Amino acid sequence: MEAFKKHTGLAAPFNRINVDTDQIIPKQFLKGIERAGFENYLFYDWRFLDDGTPNPKFVLNAPRYQSASILVTGANFGCGSSREHAPWALQQYGFKAIIAPSFADIFRGNSFKNGLLPLTLPANIVADTIAQIEAQAGYALAIDLESQTVTQPNGVYHEFEIGEFQKQCLLNGLDEIGWTLQFETEISAYESKRGI
Amino acid sequence: MEPMTMFEKIWNNHVVREMPDEATVLYMDAHLIHEVTTPQAFEGLRLAGRSVRHPEFTVATMDHNVPTTDRSLPIKDQIAVKQMETLAKNCEEFGITLYDIDSPEQGIVHVIGPELGITQPGMTICCGDSHTSTHGAMGAFALGIGTSEVEHVLATQCLLYHKPETFEIRVDGSLRRGVTAKDIILSIIRRIGTDGGTGTVIEYTGSTISALSIEERMTVCNMSIEAGARAGLIAPDDETYEYLANRLFSPKGQDFDRAVEEWRELPTDEGATYDKTLHIDAQSLAPQVTWGTNPAMGADVTDVVPDPGEMPTDDAKMATERALEYMGLIPGTNITDVEVDKVFIGSCTNSRISDLRAAAEVAKGRKVAETVNALVVPGSASVKRQAEAEGLDEIFRAAGFEWREAGCSMCLGMNPDILMPEQRCASTSNRNFEGRQGKGGRTHLVSPQMAAAAAVAGHFVDIREWESY
Repeated sequence: MEAFKKHTGLAAPFNRINVDTDQIIPKQFLKGIERAGFENYLFYDWRFLDDGTPNPKFVLNAPRYQSASILVTGANFGCGSSREHAPWALQQYGFKAIIAPSFADIFRGNSFKNGLLPLTLPANIVADTIAQIEAQAGYALAIDLESQTVTQPNGVYHEFEIGEFQKQCLLNGLDEIGWTLQFETEISAYESKRGI
Repeated sequence: MEPMTMFEKIWNNHVVREMPDEATVLYMDAHLIHEVTTPQAFEGLRLAGRSVRHPEFTVATMDHNVPTTDRSLPIKDQIAVKQMETLAKNCEEFGITLYDIDSPEQGIVHVIGPELGITQPGMTICCGDSHTSTHGAMGAFALGIGTSEVEHVLATQCLLYHKPETFEIRVDGSLRRGVTAKDIILSIIRRIGTDGGTGTVIEYTGSTISALSIEERMTVCNMSIEAGARAGLIAPDDETYEYLANRLFSPKGQDFDRAVEEWRELPTDEGATYDKTLHIDAQSLAPQVTWGTNPAMGADVTDVVPDPGEMPTDDAKMATERALEYMGLIPGTNITDVEVDKVFIGSCTNSRISDLRAAAEVAKGRKVAETVNALVVPGSASVKRQAEAEGLDEIFRAAGFEWREAGCSMCLGMNPDILMPEQRCASTSNRNFEGRQGKGGRTHLVSPQMAAAAAVAGHFVDIREWESY
């Protein structure tokens, strides 16, 4: 897994609540057997018109948000289907972190496992940040996972909460399977207790 | 001993390692897999030179991609074929049982799990599909997981998990005629929202829930994820044990009796407390029809399409405006005046034999409206055989419904069963997200009875007004 320590990048606003994983990556793009190549299908039905050309009304197609690496969005982001193709698509498109007032559980877990940081801030701060992004071209945020802070261009920063285990996994780019396998003795003991 | 909830008992029985500031290593008793969310997991195993710890605890089927038309014809979608071939190859390489497209046991993973007796009370079950919550109807802690976690379970038979909170939703009283398990869960989601269950395991309790059949309980637990919950749970009882007796994977003979004794210990102890609770009066529930683009955007069939201006927050107002624009609906329209082009009866929510019986009862002796195209997709090959033995296929065909082979089908339209832009569908599935059933398609979630009635009338009807059904 890719480690996440610090990241400073252009922020893009996406002022919608309950964005589901069917929107993040529609089902017709789930038929692959590889883990790569999903960036072209991110938000496909919103991002592209019927003829396949970019939809000029979709926020990520605006010239000012090209190369954005932090998405700031509404509550319950990533609800619905468990498809891990959603964080893959976001990450392969170039996003390093998603900031929202809340995330759906499975999406949040899938993101952590790929080194994409789902960062939770209170709804009023997210709304305020979206307004600032829209008001100021080139608006960048600086995320520091060690100190658990997000800093705005004007120097104002907000602290965010994250579980200690998830934080360490991200900071170290931990291989979770490798981590679990170090407890082989405990797994075997559990199995023998159950007669497995 | 301190009284415990059923969830806490199941959790405690499966803890391999629990330490402060660490995720819990939780043992998984059963792992179900399908063609869409697993290829990258097996590839990961191969790249790391890892093996599958317990191939006998994983069972595979093909459901998401499979065509539901004549299975003797070649499959046109070559990318889907490749994904199915990859699953077959992976199962063979790692020694995993596979019920493939031609198997008499093939079906939607959440239909065949309970049907084959793989799902049992007290188990931990996971699957790379969010509707794994279905299996909670048997009293199992059943989790939808991502592909990285599929790989993790294959390699270790464990998941790393943070203990969720518990949420009791108690439903008491008898359901009125025409109100179904689907209407219970749609009403709950409408009440608590698509994130009302986030971070929790919902245990459904109360007299209404215990009076439901096992298949109806599956419908309720199935949509727990649409309220954002990690899982849904219902206490096992005699009906559960009766359901499980003599299934392929169920314990047999004395082993079964011993298992039942253990299962009887599972229900939540008197005096145990939940982190959250909600009470619902079953008598207050009416048949539900969703009007928007998430499952919480629903109404009683007697209601009208809502006015965005009456929404309590700016976010809700914006979301409603957007949803109505997408759905092509005007505020104030009677739900029963909304006309449909398509009807889909199927999905892991409502494709079991009792669902098909309920729909057939409505369809019997009636005709699908000329303006409507309707299809019935059984949840498994076994459900299909049973329905045919009962003559339900004949009832559907005579009424003008298409009768298909088993699969996920138009619930998510990964196979050729999709809506065209602006087509409006009464669907017994679980998600009405934008584009879910096909780009630009408009989905209204309803019960099987309500879907069949909409097919006949060509628009939504209040099923309670139909005398014979």
